Amino acid sequence: MSTTNYIGKPTSRVDGPAKVTGAAKYAAEFNVPNLAYGYVVSSAVTKGKITKIYTDEILAIAGVLQVFSHENVPSLAWLDRSYKDDVAPGGSPFRPLHSAEVKFNMQPVAVVVAETFEVARYAASLLRIDYDVVEHATDLEAKRDDGYKPGGGKTGWMPPPAPRGNPNDALQNAAHRVEGEFIHQAQHHNPMEMFATTVEWLGDKKLKVYDKTQGAFNSQQYVTKIFGLSKDNVQVISKYTGGGFGSGLRPQYQLFLAVLASLELKRSVRVSLTRQQMFSFGHRPHTLQYLALGANEDGSLAAVHHHALAETSQFEDFTENVVNWSGMLYQCDNVKLTYELAKLDVFTPLDMRAPGAATGSFALEIAMDELAYKAGLDPLEFRLRNYAARDQNADKPFSSKKLRECYHEGAAKFGWAKRTPEPRSMRDGSQLVGWGVGGGVWDASQQKAAASASLNVDGKLTVKSGSNEIGTGTYTIMTQIAAETMGLPLEAVTFELGDTALPEAPLQGGSWTAASVGSGVKAACDALGEKLLKLAQKMEDSPLKGVTYKDVQFVNGQIRLYSDPTQAVVIRDILPANGQEKLEADGSASPDMARQSQYSLHAHNAVFVEVKVDEDLGTVHVTRVVNAVAAGRILNPKTARSQVLGSVVWGISMAMMEESVMDHGFGRYMNHNYAEYHVPVCADIHDIDVVFVEEEDDIVNPLGVKGIGEVGLLGVAAAIANAVYHATGKRIRNLPISIGKLL
Amino acid sequence: MNSFTYTRATAVDAAVREKSAASSVRFVAGGTNLLDLMKENIERPTRLVDINHLPLKTIDGTPDGGLRLGALATNADTAWHAEVQRRYPLLSQAILAGASPQLRNMATNGGNLLQRTRCYYFYDLTTPCNKREPGSGCSAIGGYNRVCGVLGTSESCIATHPSDMCVALAALDATVQVTGKNGERTVRFADFHRLPEDQPQFDNTLAPDEIVTAIDLPNEDFSQHFSYLKLRDRTSYAFALVSVAAALQLDGTTIRDARLALGGVAHKPWRDAAAEDLLKGQPATEETFRKAATAVVQQAKGYGHNTFKIELAKRAIVRALKQAAEGTQTATDVFLNSNP
Ligand SMILES: Cc1cc2nc3c(=O)[nH]c(=O)nc-3n(C[C@H](O)[C@H](O)[C@H](O)COP(=O)(O)OP(=O)(O)OC[C@H]3O[C@@H](n4cnc5c(N)ncnc54)[C@H](O)[C@@H]3O)c2cc1C
Ligand code: SF4
Repeated sequence: MSTTNYIGKPTSRVDGPAKVTGAAKYAAEFNVPNLAYGYVVSSAVTKGKITKIYTDEILAIAGVLQVFSHENVPSLAWLDRSYKDDVAPGGSPFRPLHSAEVKFNMQPVAVVVAETFEVARYAASLLRIDYDVVEHATDLEAKRDDGYKPGGGKTGWMPPPAPRGNPNDALQNAAHRVEGEFIHQAQHHNPMEMFATTVEWLGDKKLKVYDKTQGAFNSQQYVTKIFGLSKDNVQVISKYTGGGFGSGLRPQYQLFLAVLASLELKRSVRVSLTRQQMFSFGHRPHTLQYLALGANEDGSLAAVHHHALAETSQFEDFTENVVNWSGMLYQCDNVKLTYELAKLDVFTPLDMRAPGAATGSFALEIAMDELAYKAGLDPLEFRLRNYAARDQNADKPFSSKKLRECYHEGAAKFGWAKRTPEPRSMRDGSQLVGWGVGGGVWDASQQKAAASASLNVDGKLTVKSGSNEIGTGTYTIMTQIAAETMGLPLEAVTFELGDTALPEAPLQGGSWTAASVGSGVKAACDALGEKLLKLAQKMEDSPLKGVTYKDVQFVNGQIRLYSDPTQAVVIRDILPANGQEKLEADGSASPDMARQSQYSLHAHNAVFVEVKVDEDLGTVHVTRVVNAVAAGRILNPKTARSQVLGSVVWGISMAMMEESVMDHGFGRYMNHNYAEYHVPVCADIHDIDVVFVEEEDDIVNPLGVKGIGEVGLLGVAAAIANAVYHATGKRIRNLPISIGKLL
Repeated sequence: MNSFTYTRATAVDAAVREKSAASSVRFVAGGTNLLDLMKENIERPTRLVDINHLPLKTIDGTPDGGLRLGALATNADTAWHAEVQRRYPLLSQAILAGASPQLRNMATNGGNLLQRTRCYYFYDLTTPCNKREPGSGCSAIGGYNRVCGVLGTSESCIATHPSDMCVALAALDATVQVTGKNGERTVRFADFHRLPEDQPQFDNTLAPDEIVTAIDLPNEDFSQHFSYLKLRDRTSYAFALVSVAAALQLDGTTIRDARLALGGVAHKPWRDAAAEDLLKGQPATEETFRKAATAVVQQAKGYGHNTFKIELAKRAIVRALKQAAEGTQTATDVFLNSNP
């Protein structure tokens, strides 16, 4: 076994030391010289018009430099197009400080800029604003009949497929039927790091922008288009992100405000949001789902009806794939899937970890459990009987699919065979015990990505791609891929990302980074390898003379012949022997559309959950989880496992705690802080076991990876709800399963 | 910025003098509540008097055999104090059920008594709140009131006192030692906090010039049969939806003396003497417990989102009394009684 084979090996994070020592700097930590500080003033009302802003009082405070509002914003780009970022949905993007109109509660209506943060914050707290308030609507449940079919527009959104078969008749004639409504409230991403932007003014409209984002290029494009700046003059840097989960997929308004203030004041400016203000933008939308399922006597699915109604803002159609999965996770010939939106006076929702699928799988997988009970089948057996060998939505084969193995291996690890099916039949002392199962399916996708690789005379390799690290392990796996491709030790390789000065990479999201950037990195390293081989062949007595790139392998610091590994050249010797200081190469990778489009590319999971319920007091504890995941090749079992652990915790959170509580009288989220927006603490988390069922798949991309950041979340909330049913006999279809709902 | 002057008091009488100089002066102890309120602009003191250097940090016996807890002893030091654990384990458990280790290391006993409600509207300046701004209205009534109270509420406020520690102190018949311009006085715990009535801006009966110097625990023994049961949305670092402090003295299986107080349900720790009377002299059975529980919630009133608290309180009282009678507070249920 060779020492420079890193792919597939558990590898600790290469950025770990920087993160735990504080060397890793985040957007709000760049203390550039002569910095001014902006503090955002959020609207106290939900809908209406600003009639007066008393800025004079504020400008009189010592240290205040300026108050920006719609009254004094210079004229900026006019067309909606200029405000659209890479993942903007259809509609008209929100423009900060654009007019007197207030469209949602906590809308940024002014930014106070001062010499210190403290003065800015103080002055902002005193800013008086008069509003003309008009009636607002924020309650989705009051809009049940006002849904409409959204137009297109958003990257990655697929309208539900047309109905197939005879879904209505099939449901009516089914031997067993279930139907029900499933609800979850809005949820906010709540990453640890609050959104912040530090703009360094370099003179003459030249800016260096440190931004919290999941895509430096997305921020760059947004800023240059709105403010009419050239890309050469706006460098966006985002090397570390304190959690994204989708919240950084769109440029947030502090970026706009910081750039605006910097350009106007000709000075460096930082704007950072407060925890409360983290509840003032995108979120997982409040969604109502209706499901009706039918099964035949033999336990096969007869019909699937899945309808979703989700909130969106008045100005954009935020769409996500909620119902489509219900047409592909199980074999069924009679399927009707519909998806609608309702406009509310809220900010546009935003992708949040496994957007759409987390929502859809929660409803589908509970309904499947209900139907299994109706049909008198074990819920796992029921799923196996309805296994989809082919993607019926797209009418294509899967490039690979080992969900069956996930079911089997997960069940074996969990001990599912010992489950007694009747609700309330398992106990541990005074507690009721419940076991539930769920799962899901998620897209495996690849985007175009570029990278560069550069080898130094001292044998150090630097690889660059303007991707982003949101905590998933991007630095680490890219270092692994580069080191293995070049046959160099991990320590000799540095990977750089998060900078628009680097080769362009897509937004960090959709679980596509490993596949996309990984392929780009590999391409750049292969290009460098070919150049290096040529130089090696020029060396005196080179044993590699006359061979091609395919004949050699890069391993253990050497280039050697496959046919005779004793014939080798030491990589470190090549540049000095050729009198060269440095060798560079670029590479980029795009999906092989011709090949990929013939297949359905997806990752799957199956999750098994144990809960213990104190029935008298309505308390639930998730004591055991086994999550079996089939997501192609696993590049780094350690960071991949962390991703799935995090997903399970997130699923527990979604099932048991998370909800952004809106007071519809005010149109305002009221639990807008970490004390009251609950996510689990360590004491809520017990045993979690992760099983990877590896798939060999050279169709999804040359690396064979499907991405691991989101699939692990699917079905977790449903499996918990199913386990609660098994424990208590109570069906909870309305998340979170909080204490009062089980009394 | 919100400018204020900061001074450090080293003697109680000096602290009292500074405090009575203006209504906008505040004592700061651990700061775990006050600083949050200042960040939210709910409190805007012009002067902070740091009382952490007052000689009020000790925990000592009292002449009548009780225990005196200094107002500036931290919640952590109090909960882990050997005498507290041996003689007043109910108090220790209640403190450890609150907040997080980091917060308990900073929070003081005096500050714990004086922490403000966690009603969402109280913390959000854009919404009306009678407690924050008398006469502006109560947003929780008719709004999102899941964390609000069901007992002793009024038309002007339905907020709860959020403390865990105080629930145990109420059950244990503690007294509060205070010092003001006119000297010292002793306040029964039941009289320290108040109900909202039509003046919800006042959480308690402490005069503006007064400081809490100590909390005294009487010489009584409830160390064998007790339970602090806290129900919340997650296992740690969340305020009580309902909590119960129950303590019994038993003659065989007959209840000789009983204490029962609830948290998370009212504007003050809710001690119910009538319910205690229903327990005294009775057999320690579930039936007895249920009668007491029913009595406690008889006058309870739900406001929609928080109505579940009435049934939850009833069940929690029965469970806590059962645990107390069995002496199994720390054994039966690893989840409910874990205090991370
Ligand atoms: C996120 C979070 C979660 C929490 N969870 C819980 C929980 O689950 N259960 C629980 O019980 N508590 C909880 N707490 C509250 C915590 O217990 C209180 O904040 C703490 O006890 C207050 O003590 P302190 O010394 O920090 O008070 P400070 O913040 O310093 O002061 C609070 C108030 O008391 C006044 N004061 C302080 N000492 C005296 C004195 N000796 N005499 C007169 N006035 C005085 C101050 O002027 C101020 O008005 C939580 C707090 C936070 C922030
Ligand atoms: S319950 Fe009390 S604290 Fe809450 S809004 Fe009403 S008055 Fe304010």
